[in-house]
This record gives sequence, structure tokens and C-alpha cells, in this order.
Amino acid sequence: MSQEKLGVSATLEPVDSPVVGTESKRRTMTLNMGPQHPSTHGVLRILLQLDGETIIKAEPDIGYLHTGIEKQCEGRNYQQVVPLTDRVDYLANLSNNLCYVLAVEKLLQMEVPPMAQWMRVMLTELTRINSHVVWLGTHALDIGAMSIFFYCFREREKILRIFEMFSGQRMMTSYFRIGGLALEPPRGWEKAVKAFIDEFPSNVDEYENLLNNNPIWKIRTQGVASVPLEDLLDLGVTGPMIRAAGLKWDIRKSEPYSSYEKFDFEVPCNNDNDVWGRYRIRMDEFRQSARIVKQALEGMPGGAWQADAPKVVLPGREKMKTQMEALIYHFKIVTEGFRVPAAEVYQCIESPRGELGYYVVSDGTAKPYRVHMRTPSFANLMALPALIEGRLIADSIAGLGSMDFVLGDTDR
Amino acid sequence: MMQFPVATALEAYDPSAITGGKHEFNELTLEIDPAKIVAVCRFLRHEQKFLRLDAVTCVDWYPMEPRFEMVYHLHSIENNQRLRLKSKVGGEKPEIESVYSVWRAADWFEREIFDLFGVGFRNHPNLKRILMPEGWEGHPLRKDYPVHGYKYSYPDE
Repeated sequence: MSQEKLGVSATLEPVDSPVVGTESKRRTMTLNMGPQHPSTHGVLRILLQLDGETIIKAEPDIGYLHTGIEKQCEGRNYQQVVPLTDRVDYLANLSNNLCYVLAVEKLLQMEVPPMAQWMRVMLTELTRINSHVVWLGTHALDIGAMSIFFYCFREREKILRIFEMFSGQRMMTSYFRIGGLALEPPRGWEKAVKAFIDEFPSNVDEYENLLNNNPIWKIRTQGVASVPLEDLLDLGVTGPMIRAAGLKWDIRKSEPYSSYEKFDFEVPCNNDNDVWGRYRIRMDEFRQSARIVKQALEGMPGGAWQADAPKVVLPGREKMKTQMEALIYHFKIVTEGFRVPAAEVYQCIESPRGELGYYVVSDGTAKPYRVHMRTPSFANLMALPALIEGRLIADSIAGLGSMDFVLGDTDR
Repeated sequence: MMQFPVATALEAYDPSAITGGKHEFNELTLEIDPAKIVAVCRFLRHEQKFLRLDAVTCVDWYPMEPRFEMVYHLHSIENNQRLRLKSKVGGEKPEIESVYSVWRAADWFEREIFDLFGVGFRNHPNLKRILMPEGWEGHPLRKDYPVHGYKYSYPDE
């Protein structure tokens, strides 16, 4: 929190420590924040070197959630990797599914039918809302605004019900597959999504009512943890953080994928470059995502939801029982997978946290030779020292929260 | 490669830096002499507006030699352009110059490669393991490293 605003700058000024040994010097303290600190939202350890309450040096220590997903990918068929991508970022599962699936489809040069593309857009935008809702609730909770958490998780529950309706799973959905969707959209999905999306903009107003005029929220967020745009770019930061620093850059607009170019939406951007600015960006993204979901709902094309590629896409049950070829393809796909031509691609999408990129290398067999995940949390967390060094410990909590990282995404 | 302005500019800057390249799936890849990687990156950043280093990663082509292929993904927001650079390193003690002095974003990506592939980076400010614990034996993403690690593998695996 900024010292001037509290009017206590005199008392918070660090004082000289007592004389140590023969030389007079300022004593610093090393504090271990984490790995189980509630505000790190996962297992992140930060070594803080403190002078009084001021952070002189911060060193993040990651790897507590490392599960070797990239190594596991190399031992599985292309289609079997999809459930692993869910576990990378457990708050934006469908974004990870989408990015991986798009990368492999690019390698296969496969065209996905419009309905599957639109369904993917709709569900990834719901994922964005879901991720931001969890971020808002927990971030505000860290700073001391308790009640907003309950409002946010009310909406999260509704979204998870929709995901469950589609895929049978609340979190680890694996709903996108190479060639389309995993299952036919369930009966009555339009009604469920419509009920949610008609109400959601008024929920966002509710959040804003709780926070926008809250003096404590304002003091603790405005002017806190700002870093110049050049430094953010140099450090590899992407997503809402960079848009709050005044750069209007969104991969959905600059390099559209999965027919995002057919949707009408704005890229929110402001010049606040602090925790407050990042909060404003995400609130605006709520509204834009709701707009996209609404357009997808109204203009959803009919037709197939899987590509016509019998060597890649599993045949339907009915077809399998009546056609010999379908049975053979089913057997081949399940036992051997499908071969992907030897090449390499880099596919990136705008995940709720920033640029998510999958670099997939194929050696011509049925298993990926190398999958590298350029996860936004990993790259954003690198900028943490720049955000919090020279500030108070209390500010570091607000700064940490504003980055919106997920440790599973960082460690993979 | 000459139909791409970036490749032409790089060729003019240092004719011996580019050792190969390809254009597939609308993605441009240039192979760079590993001894010149920092000079090339500095040129691309300052003269060609590649302000962002997207990611650095590595591919292990064991048992080929040189086995490690460094992959740099560069991005220019202003030109809305992406570029992939590749450099091969090998030998008993694979090493390449760090690009930290060009983009600070290289810091953790290079530490990750050092940790999981065992490729060293000269002039990296803080080169130590990042994901695996200190003192871990081996480098898990190498192709000759068993999925279950050395400790739990069975003789017939």
C-alpha cells in the first residue's frame, strides 16, 4: 500500500538497526515466504531479503509442482496427450486443450468443421470467465475483501455445471480432441448457456459495486507494483498485465485462430499499469467474453462436430457396428494411434493468463517427439522480482495476486 | 529464404550466420551458427524489432551428433511476425552462449534447459536447477533418461 495515502510515511521509514560487532551496518533479514503461504495459491516459495518491512531482493523458487508432463507427452499417442494438457493449467483446462489440439491439427493440415470451431470459441471464453472469477475471488480475499469470494464462486459453480454437462467432468474436461470435439454437445446446452450468459453481466456489476468504491481496495491496489512497459516486454510478460501497461495486444485479434476473426469484440486496454489497472482489464474482459459467448450462442452453425478424417477421428458407435472399414479404423486408432508427418509447429493462443504456446515436434511416428509448453504463468512469474522489489511486504501480496499465475502452469 | 525481409537483412548483416532454413505452415525457421547466436539475436532485437523473446527450448536428437537443438521463438508485436531460430550443440559438455544479455526473458527458460537437458549457458547470471531439486541425478528430458527415472527403473526396461 502506498505510504503517502495512509499518511504514515514517517513511521514506516526504515530506521537504522543497532550496532552489530564493531562496524555499524544495516541488518537485513531473510524471510521464507511459502512454499505453503496462502497468498501464493499453490506451492511457490519466495526468498525475501528484508530491510524492516521493505523487500530488498526477492527470489522465486519454483518446481514444487513439477510433474514431468512434457516427458510424459513423449510416451503417449497424440490423442492421449489431451488429458495431460488439462493438468497443466487446472483453471484454464480448455485453453490448454485448444492450444495443443490446434497445434496437432496444423501438423496434420486438418480442417475442423465450423460448429466445432465455434463451440471451441464459446467454451474457451467460458473458461476465461471461470479463470478470472477464481482470480478475482482469491485476489480480493488476499487483500481483505472477504465477501466478493462468495459471489465469484457462485458464478464459478454455474460454469462448472455447464462444463460437466458437456464433458461429464467439472474441471479436467478434455473436451476438445484432435479433429473436433470429444462428444456431441448435450441436449439442452443452449438453454443452460443462455441462462448463465443472460445473467452474467449483472453479476459483473455486482462485483464492481463491491470493489470499485471500496476505499481499502483502492488504497491497496492503486499505484502498487507498476513496472514500465519496456521492462515487461523484455521480461516476457503477456496477457492482462501487458494490456494494463497500455499495449493493446491480444493474440485473438493479431493472429486469430479457431475463427475468432468472425466475432465482434474489443480488446480492453488502459495505462494504469498497477494492480488496479490489471483488475480493471479483467473486469472488462468479463464483459467482452460474455459478448463472444452470446454471439457464439446466437450464430452457432449446425452440421458436423468432428472432421471427416476417418484415420484420425474415432468413428461413431453406430457406424462401427455396421461398417467394416469403421471397425478397422477404430481398431487401428485405438491400438496404434495415427501417424503425423515429420515437422514442427508453434501454435499460440490467448489464454486467460497471456500467451500460451505449444511447440510440437513430430518425427513421423504416432507419438510426439517433443512437446514444449510455453506457459504464461512461467514467463510472467519471471517478472515477480521487478514487481515487488523495493516495496513493502503487504504490497507483494497485492502484486503477486495481480499476476494471476497458476503453479501447475508454471511447473508443468 | 531470400523472399523474407528478415532473412535478407540477416544475410546482409552477417553472411555466414545463417546455415539453413525453411518455411513451413507459415512459420519461418532459420538455422544459426551457434557461435554467433548472441550477435544475431542482438541484431534482430535492435534492428528488426523483435522486442520479445517468446520462449527458448531444446530438442534432444539422441543418438545423432550434435544432439541438442536449441530453439528460440522470437516475436515482433509491431510487425506481427514470428521467427524461429535454431542452433545445434553437442559434444561431451554441450554449451552455448546465453542470450540473457539481449532479453531478460531468457533467464528461466535457459535455466529450465540446463536443468532438464543439461546444456550449459555461458555468461548466464544464475545458472542452477529450476524445476528439479538441487543435486538431482541426470537430466529428465534427455531421450536416454528413463520415464521413471534411474532410481525406480527395472532392469528389463
